[in-house]
This record gives sequence, structure tokens and C-alpha cells, in this order.
Amino acid sequence: MNELLQILENNSRISHEALARMLDKEVGDIKKMIEDYEREGVILGYKTMIDWDKTDKEYVSALIELKITPQMGKGYEQVAQKIIGYTEVESLYLMSGSFDLAVLIEGKTMREVAFFVAEKLATIEDVVATSTHFVLRKYKDKSIIFGAAPVDERGHIF
Amino acid sequence: MDYGKIIPEKVSSLKPSGIRKFFELVQGSKDTVSLTIGEPDFITPWHIRVAGIDSLERGKTYYTSNSGTTELRQAISEYLSRRFSLSYDPLSEIIVTVGGSEAIDLTMRAMVAPGDEVIIPQPSFVCYEPICRLCGGVPVIINTKEENQFKLTAGELRAAITDKTKLLVLPFPNNPTGAIMEKADLEAVAEVLRGTDIMVLSDEIYGELTYDADHVSAASVDGMRERTVLASGFSKAYAMTGWRLGYIAAPAEIAPQLLKIHQFAIMCAPTTSQFAAVEAMRNGDTDVEMMRREYNRRRRYLVGGLRAMGIDCYMPRGAFYVFPNISQFGMSSEQFCQRLLREQGVAIVPGNAFGESGEGFARISYAYSVEHISLALDRIEAFVKSLS
Repeated sequence: MNELLQILENNSRISHEALARMLDKEVGDIKKMIEDYEREGVILGYKTMIDWDKTDKEYVSALIELKITPQMGKGYEQVAQKIIGYTEVESLYLMSGSFDLAVLIEGKTMREVAFFVAEKLATIEDVVATSTHFVLRKYKDKSIIFGAAPVDERGHIF
Repeated sequence: MDYGKIIPEKVSSLKPSGIRKFFELVQGSKDTVSLTIGEPDFITPWHIRVAGIDSLERGKTYYTSNSGTTELRQAISEYLSRRFSLSYDPLSEIIVTVGGSEAIDLTMRAMVAPGDEVIIPQPSFVCYEPICRLCGGVPVIINTKEENQFKLTAGELRAAITDKTKLLVLPFPNNPTGAIMEKADLEAVAEVLRGTDIMVLSDEIYGELTYDADHVSAASVDGMRERTVLASGFSKAYAMTGWRLGYIAAPAEIAPQLLKIHQFAIMCAPTTSQFAAVEAMRNGDTDVEMMRREYNRRRRYLVGGLRAMGIDCYMPRGAFYVFPNISQFGMSSEQFCQRLLREQGVAIVPGNAFGESGEGFARISYAYSVEHISLALDRIEAFVKSLS
């Protein structure tokens, strides 16, 4: 059922009891549905959106475009598999358009990111070009807008 | 100056809204979890806001024609046809107003003469009775009942009609009860009115917000179009309260009379809002669907939570309020709400703010996030436990 997934995608902390009431189901049904989704790999995990800029963490993130010459019979898979394992890599997408793989990475400093690209990504066989774009500011991620928490400004009328 | 002489009795005798009174109590208390507000907690969808902004950038800052832009009236006409199978001529039968509120005001002012009786089912929105009185009309209240799902029944209506009856107000989907009138209910009303000259003001501002049955417009029922003034607007469905935009759809024989009052009192509805509203009518369906789905979840969540703590609660079928029966606690609605506010810091509105028949009930709005509602439910539970 999509509605359960929609709710969880926006807020995975809602209790089973609350979900059951919201969707007019039994608590046991909700638990089972979630377990099934987890087992089938529909639900892959639960994470927290953190605005790290509001903490003292020093970090930079970057989007790296990679151009690839795919190997006969192996497509982009082989290259993707080589990149996927690095803990620095936050996201990896195969793209249409003027480049092939988009790699989102995070590092402590620009220098660290630059070295990672030069040493780990550019050196992979079949990677023919890289282009690194540093993220200057995050405005919105996964539908969440960064900034101050909204205040209820509705006036009292009736 | 003797101000007492200046203000006519029909104005000075108007009581401020009972909801208003409660808001003032709320404002004085810190750490209050309020579930009192009757407007969407969503912001107007961005593409609709952009249409308004864009109109300003292009310098569309003039008056429109009195009845609204042709484009918007056309869009409203198409919308009413698409959603509720209604047919209204955009040029002669639709007037764009300053919110649904002006639509109600215009209709009453155009029709109610001193001594005319206006039948008002209650509990309902607080403005019908005062406006009727300002027109010199005589409100005839029908108290809808919980056991009838707060619907207006044919029997109740028949008993309220006299030879002075001018207008029947149909406030469905209903604020505060969440009641709706289904096709068969409206047909029974139509049957009572058949052959009379009684007009109907159908306030369908919550028409997009029904959860287990599609809204049926009173005007779509056989014999009703000729006697119905349909009042609606953009505030609730599109989260456009602050844009102050509504409309009237009425038979061509009536609309020009309403338009005269609108012309002299208001001139025209805000131009920027009209540009935004065209976008809402044409491309707003998915937004409404998203908000309706979200309200529906909260509705079930809130009713489920109240019932689980032993509070009787009619499952509302429209609007965004629940109207639990709190008579089991042996307090008046006002006492219950004041104590809940004082002891647990939760604000809800006493049911009698919506008419005497709301006594023994309270209105809880779910135009709030689930997290907010959850916090309130915990505190209401603590309050209820402390009473036993």
C-alpha cells in the first residue's frame, strides 16, 4: 500500500499505533506491512535529516560528473561497483545527458575531496573525464527546506 | 458624544463570536497547544503563488470588472461543471467575491427583508445569524442532532417553515460538526421546498474536503438550481485564506441583484488573487488531492485517539474539524474547555460557540500537523484521566 510508504518517507518516526489510526488498520497489520517492505527491500533504511551547517562540523560536499567508456558486455555496472564501496560516496546515479555517472561525495576539506577524485575516481579504468562541482549551500534536500523551523503565523479570526 | 445613541441596537446587540472569546484566553497562556484554528496549515501551493506574483510583475494592478475577470469566471464555470456537474454561465451567473464570507453577506443582504425568516441549521459557522439580524431578518434555528449525523432532515425543515420563510442556509460540509449532506438527504430537502418560493444559500466552502463520499452540490439536485445561491471559495480547498477570494454561482434572475450590492460595497475582488485563482482552478487538482489525503489521515488519527480514551466522537465526513461529545464529563462545554486549557494547556473551542445545540460538544481542528495533534491528544488524555 503506497500511502503507508508515503507517510514513512516523510516521517519514519511515527509510531505503529499512530499509523494504524491514520490508515484505519490494526497495529499488527501495520507492523507486518513494514516488516514485509523491509524484507523485500522496498524500505531500505531510516535516516535523519541533519542541517550540519548548524553544528560545528567541518565538511564539504561535491558533485562529480564522470564520463565513462563502458566495457563491452559489462555496461556501466563494473565502474559503478568500483565506486559504490567508498564511504566518502554518498550517492551514485547513472545519468542521461552529457556525462554518465553522478557521484555525490562528502569530505572534510576541499583538498580531501580533490585528492579523492584525482586518486580514486580518475584512476579507474574506463573513466575518461571528471568534473568536480563543490556544493556551496543546500537549500532543499529530500523535500525538506533548510533554514529556520516554520512558525505558525495564522491569525485568530473565528 | 453619546456613543450609545450612535450605534443602532441591531449592531450593539451583536455578541462577539464565542470562538473569538476563547482565542483571547489562549493568547494569554504560554506553552499552549492550540487546536482552535479554522484554516489550512498548508501554504498556498507554489505554482499558485507564482501566478499571483507573475501578475504583479506584469503590472496587473488595476480593478477587474465588478464580477471578476472573464478568465476566472470561465475557469470557475468549467470547474463547477467538471467537479459537481453544475452548469453556470460565466458571464451572467458567476460573481467573484472577497472570500466565501462576502458571498454569504451578499446573498443575505440581497434577499432578506425585515421580518423575513431565515432557517439556519446549527451547530454551524458563526456568521449566518448576525448577518441575518443586520438585515432585519429573523433567524429560525434548527438544531441538528448527533444521532442524525448532524444532517438537516426533511422533518426538521418542514417543521421550521412558515409563510415568512425566505431563505434556508445549507452549511454543508459543516463547520464544526463535519457533517455532509448526501444526494438522498438533499433530495429530501428539495422535496420539502418544491412548490415554495424559499431560496437556499448553500455554503459549500468545504466542498473539496470530504473523505468517504464525493461532495454533492445542493444546486445539482433536481429542482434546486433555480432556488440556490451557491457560495464557495478558494480558502479551504487551495489553502488560500489570506488571498480573500470566493465566488457565487446563482441563477441569472438573481445574480445581477447580488452584483449591485457587491459593486457598491466592494467594487471587485483583489486582482492579484484572481490571477492566482485561475491557476488554482486549472492546475490545482493534485494539490487538493494531496491536502485531502493528509487531512483524512489526521481525521482518523484524531478520532481514533479520542475514542481510545473513551470520548464519544462522531466520525466527521467533511471539513477539518472533529466535534466530540463531552457531555459525559458533567461539565458545560465552556467549563470543559477552560479547564482543559488551564490544567493541560490545550485549547479547543466550546461547541456552544456554534449555536446552543453545540452545548455538550467541543470543536477540535485538525488543520495541524500529526505531531502537534499527538501532543494535544496526550494532554487531553491526561486531563480526562484526572477527571475520573
